[in-house]
Amino acid sequence: MANTIKIRARLSGDTTTVKALISHIMETGLRKNSKTGETIPAHFIQEVVCEHKGETVMTAQWGPAISKNPYLSFRFKGAEKGDTLTLRWVDNKGESDSIETKIA
Amino acid sequence: MTNMKRRTLLKGSLAAGAVGIAVGSGLLAPRTVLAAWPKDAFKATSVDEALNSLVGQSQLEGSDKIEIKAPDIAENGAVVPVSVETTIDGVESISIIAEKNNTPLTSAYILSPRAEGFVATRIKMSETSSVIAVVKAGGTLHSTGKEVKVTIGGCGG
Repeated sequence: MANTIKIRARLSGDTTTVKALISHIMETGLRKNSKTGETIPAHFIQEVVCEHKGETVMTAQWGPAISKNPYLSFRFKGAEKGDTLTLRWVDNKGESDSIETKIA
Repeated sequence: MTNMKRRTLLKGSLAAGAVGIAVGSGLLAPRTVLAAWPKDAFKATSVDEALNSLVGQSQLEGSDKIEIKAPDIAENGAVVPVSVETTIDGVESISIIAEKNNTPLTSAYILSPRAEGFVATRIKMSETSSVIAVVKAGGTLHSTGKEVKVTIGGCGG
């Protein structure tokens, strides 16, 4: 599950804007396989956490109604250029990934 | 290609199995796996039920300090870009609700005091409905809505 996250964090004034794209199937558990008629089990990201200097700045709680290959953007204050930002996600099957980026 | 798929499937089920065992044997409390994913709120089939479960109240106060950006007409309900921005002070969380989805709550964002009142994402919508942004600040739920027409639903089926 390496490299599922693309992230960009940019400082402007005192505000850091974070934009992230995650590649994930985000299966709702409602769709059926058109050949077998079997329901495709739900498989979606439940939580995305962003940390800056050991402090959580944003926690996203997601249901299956977030689109496939999710996009997420948010802003926060109090960071400086070059600071490290960590973003990680966990899905309903316990799979996860994380990434570190430097604020530009 | 089929081989690769099989491999990911195998890996997935192995990982799930390992977590299952860890949870079963009490090594790992479910809480530590996922901090507090509000399962009941995401399973709720009405807006009131979802909000009661998520934040313990469902009384909404209309606010003109919240702006929702979403298309008027979404051709593909599977990908509806939505952003919510608010100038309300002391925002604790922002929730995005698609009123007529089977389970209306799409997502909730818990914001630290350093975060600004802004989130953007892409949601799935099953049919034409109101998208509601609920901003929790100072114990009150502020909200505003925007109608989005959906041409093709995006929740499977």
